[in-house]
Amino acid sequence: MTKQILFIISLAISLGVFAWSVKRLWAFFKLTKSSYPIKNIGARISHTMDVAFGQTKIFRKPVIGLMHALVFWGFLVITLGSIEIVIDGVFGLERSFAFTGWFYDFVMASGDVFALLIIVFIKAFSLRRSILRIKRFTGVEMSSKSYWDAQIALSFIGLLMLSLLAFNVGYISNHPIGYEGVYPVSAAIVNLVNLDLGWLQEPGWWIHILLIFVFANYLPYSKHFHVFLSVPNVFLANLEPLTKYPNLESITKEVKLMLDPEAAYDESEEVARFGVKDVEDVSWKNYMDSLACTQCGRCTDVCPANITGKLLSPRKIFVDLRKRMDEKGPIAIKGEDDGKSLLRDYITEEELWACTTCNACAQECPIDISHPNLIMDMRRYLVMEEAAAPAELNTMFTNIENNGAPWQFSPEDRLKWTEG
Amino acid sequence: MTDKKLHVPVMADLAAKGEKPEYLYWVGCAGAFDDRYQKVARAFAKILNHLELSYAVLGKEESCTGDAAKRAGNEMLFQMQAMQNIEVLNAYEVDKIICTCPHCYNTLKNEYPELGGNYNVINYTEFLDEMIQDGKLKLENNPFKGESITYHDPCYLGRGNKIYDAPRNVVKAVFGDVKELKRSRSFGLCCGAGGAQMFKEAEKGNKEVNIERTEEIIERKVDKVASACPFCMTMLTDGIKLKNKESELQNLDVAEIIEKALEL
Repeated sequence: MTKQILFIISLAISLGVFAWSVKRLWAFFKLTKSSYPIKNIGARISHTMDVAFGQTKIFRKPVIGLMHALVFWGFLVITLGSIEIVIDGVFGLERSFAFTGWFYDFVMASGDVFALLIIVFIKAFSLRRSILRIKRFTGVEMSSKSYWDAQIALSFIGLLMLSLLAFNVGYISNHPIGYEGVYPVSAAIVNLVNLDLGWLQEPGWWIHILLIFVFANYLPYSKHFHVFLSVPNVFLANLEPLTKYPNLESITKEVKLMLDPEAAYDESEEVARFGVKDVEDVSWKNYMDSLACTQCGRCTDVCPANITGKLLSPRKIFVDLRKRMDEKGPIAIKGEDDGKSLLRDYITEEELWACTTCNACAQECPIDISHPNLIMDMRRYLVMEEAAAPAELNTMFTNIENNGAPWQFSPEDRLKWTEG
Repeated sequence: MTDKKLHVPVMADLAAKGEKPEYLYWVGCAGAFDDRYQKVARAFAKILNHLELSYAVLGKEESCTGDAAKRAGNEMLFQMQAMQNIEVLNAYEVDKIICTCPHCYNTLKNEYPELGGNYNVINYTEFLDEMIQDGKLKLENNPFKGESITYHDPCYLGRGNKIYDAPRNVVKAVFGDVKELKRSRSFGLCCGAGGAQMFKEAEKGNKEVNIERTEEIIERKVDKVASACPFCMTMLTDGIKLKNKESELQNLDVAEIIEKALEL
């Protein structure tokens, strides 16, 4: 009974803190603009099965991809066990899902094996970050805070798995018959050690579940929030061709008006701003992308501008967006302004103009973030609100306006190529 | 041979005679004005003539699709170009459009429909692939015998619109084989010219993107590199020139390979 009460109190605190974090983020989301409509649920489900659960984009780097996929699939199985732990804890039960029979045994057995695998891979991931100098884990946006955030998240996961194994080992020690097949790894440990490890069951259980509660509340402030957001982010992904850049509807109205002066002008519709200058101008999807990004740097790794030493790093665009929202969000909610903006205070014009819109970043992103579209949204602000394009681009604009071609040639000469 | 005037039907002339061609060939600004890419437009028109295809071009009535303006942030200019072009295209009741330029292709196919321009937009590599498979283009000669070739994926064709196989099939139909670059298909490295970079100097860095790509191509030790985009062509040709490899390595457009194979 005491255990039950203690558990319910921990759960309530954990849920309460989490709800507070969600409320804070929800208020930030409310500052953002609308995005594309979420239609085609069937296509979205199959896309999610493919990219999220099938990990197809992760596998574009086969070795590390397989390790990530195994950790992810392991997490899915182990999460079923975590749900069981919560139900057991609240109602004072033990193994409340056991009634599902062979399915339960299968889930438990794979969870037990995955726990060991995940410990090994997590250690490898951690060492990879601390010892190997992997280029995509560096960059201006990768501060020491990012480094420690990654290491803390990895430690959490490692400890979660250790405590799970400790619980399993303890459970088998206390129930010596019939569980070898259900907990293959733990049973092997028990046989190997040949000591009474039954005392591990209770502390293993408590440490495991309390770590889950703490980790879940750490995540909304970590780049590892992707544990929660990556699957929904893939489900809500832009399914259009990568190079289809949406037309601005507010411009369509203006252009129609220009081409047809007879058309009635609806003054009630006030356009706030063309393009993106600060966090209030981005769409909710852009902001969600920034929260879901786990800073893996696969985008930056393939960016032609970044490869050739330019300032642009596609990852930085989204890291900056999240940082700026943390700064501006609370101020904007109060209706105030700090005189700073995402553009220039965080992202420089030089970065924005270096993008070739090749979409290698978007192609690579395991959770389907579209970096070029946000970069072009910021160019829209520069060009249409400030006329701040590089001079050569202004020349190109003038040529198109005057000659209908980006170069200075007369439209009269459009058939010269046929003359040879 | 190249100085001969080509017979290319113009939409307005056909309309005056009350005729309506099956296809519109969208030449694009590079095809119309860029010295090097004019040769590709000529090559493709010769192939269309060889096929005796019912087609026409817009000629003076064609105007920039607005791709570069849009990607440089000038949505206003893009939509004005789009609306003008759509007005012309709809007036001629155009249905099928073939593009050589992947940037025009992407814009016409993906971005015009919401502005009222709904067409069957076809990329020329898909068109050529189909004509070869249907046996309408018979490629019996290989003027490049003994030469090896690689293919550079244009971003707006490959990653953008998932057209990877058609251009390779066309090249293979003549060369028999395509050697793949280290970064190919969806992993392909940009030439450096997309997103309006074509019209400006690159930002400060330690290398030009086209040099990075050209070095990769040179490393592959091939005689030719095929591409399917006017911007890629400019960037790769410049890269090869800067690396002083013009005598060993030439950049050809997919259409030029077919033109040569058909001895047009």
